[in-house]
Order: sequence, then structure tokens, then C-alpha cells
Amino acid sequence: MGERLQAAGRRVKEPFAITKQAVSKHIQVLEHAGLVTRSRDAQRRPVHLDAAALERLTAWLDQYRLIAERRFRLLDELLASDGPAGLRRNREEELT
Amino acid sequence: MSNPTTITVDDGVPFVDTVREFDAPVSAVFKAHVDPDLLAKWLGPRSTTMNVTEYNTVTGGSWRYESGDGNNPCSGRGVFHKVDPDALIIMTFEFDGAPDQVGISTTTFEEVDGRTRIVAHEVYPSVEARDMALATGMNYGVIEGYERLDELLSA
Repeated sequence: MGERLQAAGRRVKEPFAITKQAVSKHIQVLEHAGLVTRSRDAQRRPVHLDAAALERLTAWLDQYRLIAERRFRLLDELLASDGPAGLRRNREEELT
Repeated sequence: MSNPTTITVDDGVPFVDTVREFDAPVSAVFKAHVDPDLLAKWLGPRSTTMNVTEYNTVTGGSWRYESGDGNNPCSGRGVFHKVDPDALIIMTFEFDGAPDQVGISTTTFEEVDGRTRIVAHEVYPSVEARDMALATGMNYGVIEGYERLDELLSA
């Protein structure tokens, strides 16, 4: 079990300008994804964040995003260059 | 400031959806996707040469490239199901590291406010195949990705 947030639904809701139902739905999605767990404590339903699970998820996807971004920035450079690739040169010819 | 990239990789469905805009006309962005010499300049990892041995970008044509290094080879092949110049590319892809796991990608090119927006929808045979493909891609790309990030941060 990861870090304990000890945050009841009502307390989670307070900082956000959305309905209680919307908060519940978001928590259900997180729970289904295994990122948070809930327990029962009298009237409260504490939500516990599994920080390790969240970290695994974001690290995995962030790495992929980083690689994809690198590719697209290389393509940006290529599109902006007027070297042998000639992409910009073609563009100017089209405009004239 | 570069244009934002939106990548959606949802649980439970074997898709990778990518949206990106480029400050260039559709014809240039499309050309960078179908000209093998141009493709090699941006698609493959910088540390290794990307050897595009076949890239016949017409409907029914086929492609093959080899890249990566000895420790992390990344080569693959596929066919172009449909190529509609300056508009659409539908192609299959199969990486040598995952034989018989054939994916299909559909990429559209469209002009939006003077820029070019590409929308890519990749469909893998299973969620597992998708995750494996992404993880393999990261193996050889991640170090370089961080090098690139270093350069960006120090610029």
C-alpha cells in the first residue's frame, strides 16, 4: 500500500469546483485502474493513493511521450530547414 | 516553442492515438512521411543509422527498414494499404522482434489554420502487443530522449 492520504470524499471535493457525483465518478475510475484504494471508516470512505502504481504508470507513458516528442521535433527542424531536404525550398517555389 | 503533442494510450483498448501540428504546408509534412531519405532523418534514433531498404509509398506498395544497434535492433516491415497524396496513409506494420503481431496505422494530414495537423490512429492485435511495442521502442530511444531533453533545457 502506498502513501495514505486519508482523504474522505467530502474533503476531496472541497478544493474542486465540481459536483460530488463527478468526484465520485473520478475516484471510481482511479480505483478501477488500481491507482487508489478505498476503505470504510464509519461514515467516512477514505481514499488511499498507491503512489508506486501511479509512478509506474506515468514513468512508462512519459518515456514513450518523450521519444515521440523527440521524433516530432526532428521533423519540425527538417520542415524548417532549407538544406538538401529542400522542404522549405519547395514551399517557396509553390508560393511564387 | 514547439507545437504540443497529444498521445492517448488507454487501458483496455489496443490503440495509440497521436495528434500533432506542424508549422509547414501539408505537402511538406506528407513528403517527410513518404520520402525514405527524409523519413530516415527524423523517425529513427539519432545514434544509429536508419536503413530504409524498401519504401514504396503507393497503394499496395511495401516497406522495410532496419535501425537500432546490435543490442537493440528495431527493424520491421509492412504494406501500404492505401496512400492518398497529401491526405491519407493507411499501412500495416510488423516488427521483427514480435513476429506475426501485425498492426495497422491510419494517418490523416489536414490543413488547420495555415498549419498541418496529423492524426495517427494505431491499432495493435492486443493490448499486450501494443504495450510490448511501446516498451521496445523505449529501450533504444529513452537514453537519447533524455539527451535531447538536456539539450532543450540548456538551450
